Amino acid sequence: MIPPDRTPTWTGRVRGVAEAALPPERLLPDTQPAYVASWIYVFGVLTLAALFVVLVSGAVIALAGPAWWHGSTVGHFFNSVHLWGTELFFAFMVVHLWGKFFMAAWRGRRAMTWITGAVAFLVSIATAFTGYLTQQNFDSQWIGTQAKDGLNASGVGAFFNVLNYGQMLLWHVVLLPFVVCLLIGGHVLLVRRRGVVPPLPIGDEKP
Amino acid sequence: MSVAGYPLSPDPNVEWTGAKRRYDIVKEAVIAIVAVSLLTTLLALLFSSPDSKPVTIAQWAVEAPQDFLATAAAELDGTSGLATYGPPYTHTPGAGQNIIGGISLQRLVGVRIPIDTARAFVLDPLAVPVANDPTLAAALTRYEHAPRAVQQRWATGFANSLAHTQTSGTSVAAGGFGPVPEMLGGLLGMARSGALDAALISTSRFYQTNFTKALLFLADGSYLETVASQQNLLGSQWGMMNETGSYPGQAWLWLYTLWYQVPPFSTSDNADAQIWAIMAILSLALVLIPFIPGVRSIPRWVPIYRWIWRDYYRRASSSP
Repeated sequence: MIPPDRTPTWTGRVRGVAEAALPPERLLPDTQPAYVASWIYVFGVLTLAALFVVLVSGAVIALAGPAWWHGSTVGHFFNSVHLWGTELFFAFMVVHLWGKFFMAAWRGRRAMTWITGAVAFLVSIATAFTGYLTQQNFDSQWIGTQAKDGLNASGVGAFFNVLNYGQMLLWHVVLLPFVVCLLIGGHVLLVRRRGVVPPLPIGDEKP
Repeated sequence: MSVAGYPLSPDPNVEWTGAKRRYDIVKEAVIAIVAVSLLTTLLALLFSSPDSKPVTIAQWAVEAPQDFLATAAAELDGTSGLATYGPPYTHTPGAGQNIIGGISLQRLVGVRIPIDTARAFVLDPLAVPVANDPTLAAALTRYEHAPRAVQQRWATGFANSLAHTQTSGTSVAAGGFGPVPEMLGGLLGMARSGALDAALISTSRFYQTNFTKALLFLADGSYLETVASQQNLLGSQWGMMNETGSYPGQAWLWLYTLWYQVPPFSTSDNADAQIWAIMAILSLALVLIPFIPGVRSIPRWVPIYRWIWRDYYRRASSSP
């Protein structure tokens, strides 16, 4: 009889690390520190909800193709949902960002939480920008022909050609959303891992 | 003095062991998704979304033939904005924006999307109508076989004459410019028929997804800018964050757009390179705020946190 192999597997190691970092009660908590009691905390989850609406409405448009919404009332409605979802996404995200700034939310080994959030904000801008470029209307023409100068001046335009519709469409529907979701997913897991930053000590205002 | 469970100076480095409250993360997520879905649906139903028709080259040639011909002539004689643009489109000595001094990432990267404006926008497209137009074919042959200096003299002379005459839009006046009036008249007719729109995106392959040439040609004329100006989309009109119609645009680009409105950038030939450099530094600073002395202390000096955590501080400060 062959004795059972006790060597840890890669899978076992990953599971062990994941369980130690994010046990179920930390991943899906049913209590929060008492200080988490302000409307400012709502804007994080509102940003996630708006991202969900943007992804779903974008997926619906993708089902029928990028030109669908120009000739269909239903398609135009979903484009409108996509646009307003994006506007709300940025509005919520900016309030969330400023809120976290004024809470100095990077304290206590939470710098990476701030960094992933800030990078997600910047990548989201690029994602929205490529959306404007792929509308196939006057907006796309004007934004593309104007934006090329900035991108060319920075050297980026030689590789990221805003006038190449096919390239921009794939960046918009595949590459950038993937990165945004990855960053935001990591950001949320870091929040769960480190917890919500506690209040600043009172009387700490002097530089 | 602090109340049990509400320390006045909680340590952010250790796990919270103070007072807690009930919280349902799944319920919160579901409510947020339903609320935002309803809000976006309401906004979509009430305000819809803009969809201004794209400008076509045919439309340009019909509505602004003088501008179309002047642009085509400039592409032919190599004096257009694009012909002298530099990287990534043309090998124009010295062209390209500098960040500071002579440092230019644009030139460093080099020409990666090469465009010969005369060939791309005039000579190659004319190969289509010449098949059924012997006169145009003869004009094109005469031009192609002329010495470069003669070609230049014809095209530049024609471009200069256009600046002083009014074109009817249906014919192009000749006048000592060799075959150029015939060629550009043919190109104008081709554009008005819509054939130039198709020619500028066609390649040797069937499927097309790249509009670089067509958009660069459109952008070289004044017509596209005139249409944009009517919609308040010019850079001087904060156009980068505006949207066609009365819709909110990319408001999040306010800081990027702001730089273009103020000196020295509003008058600088290197504004794009300089503003991109500034925005790159500011973006990096945003990401690295936790490590920037002074900036990371601003939240302590601005008592907004007292308002956010006012309930906590009230409980922490109250006598037991």
